[in-house]
Amino acid sequence: MEQISLIGTPKTPSIKFDAKLGLVEIKGRSIPENSIEFYNPLIDWLDRYAKNPQDETNVNIQLEYFNTSSSKCILDVFKKLESIFNNGKSVCINWHYEEDDEDMLEAGDDYQSIIKIPFKMIEIEI
Amino acid sequence: MNLNVHDWYKKKNYGEILFSYEGSISTDSINSVLSSIEEKLYETKVKVTIIKKVFNIVIESLQNLYHHIDDAPEDENKMDKRFGIFVLSKTENSFKISSGNFLKVEKKKLLKDRMDQVNSLDKIERKNLYKYVLGNEEYTDKGGGGLGLIDIARRTGNKLEYNFHDYNKDYFFFSLDIKLSIDN
Repeated sequence: MEQISLIGTPKTPSIKFDAKLGLVEIKGRSIPENSIEFYNPLIDWLDRYAKNPQDETNVNIQLEYFNTSSSKCILDVFKKLESIFNNGKSVCINWHYEEDDEDMLEAGDDYQSIIKIPFKMIEIEI
Repeated sequence: MNLNVHDWYKKKNYGEILFSYEGSISTDSINSVLSSIEEKLYETKVKVTIIKKVFNIVIESLQNLYHHIDDAPEDENKMDKRFGIFVLSKTENSFKISSGNFLKVEKKKLLKDRMDQVNSLDKIERKNLYKYVLGNEEYTDKGGGGLGLIDIARRTGNKLEYNFHDYNKDYFFFSLDIKLSIDN
């Protein structure tokens, strides 16, 4: 399966999706006006990955900013991962937030209460 | 009596204006506004957590304009088609984010209900509403999540101050003032 590797822009995050490593990484800013356009190919990739996932999938989310248009797309990403988890594979979501960024911590908490995958909240020093 | 949007805009210019914009709301103008505002915010030397809150609200407000704006009426005010106003100001202990745009009169009731609903909720109810809207499967027809106003209210902890200014029989001008305390 092909990898997805995208460099971040001022409005879109950097992406590293690697099926061999079982790695799903979204980092930076996710604030485009039309998030669906950006996230659709990622959701498609996860659909295909979910058919033959690694025993362990590591998910790193490290966002500085994300808009509400992205928030539903990010939930869609998590839902795809949840289906892998529900099929008995290990999935861990590492939710990174910058020191004292309570809004970002709370956003992780919101997702955690909707998605039945273990979340690990990781504070990063800035 | 018609509202003169240019006068309205001038009245908004009080206190310390960090940034103001009047014109077409497009992806390009949003990009340039965001980059100028981020720079200005860091120049204020306010602590980073507050700057991030303000910048988040700025992003959300501009994109609310982008998704929901109606084409401006064609009249003597000679406005851009996707006309919107955006002002970021600061006092000693608060930031204020003001925006204004035209909407068709038939949207008034729905918007008022939405604003009043968000304003009637306490912190926990806002969180619950946010999660409910996030978790339901629908996207609005504009591709937005329908979450913008709730998100803004959650970040500020304040009520959203809004006004509907009568413009003509087809349009009203919607203005929104969002205040964020610096000791938040």
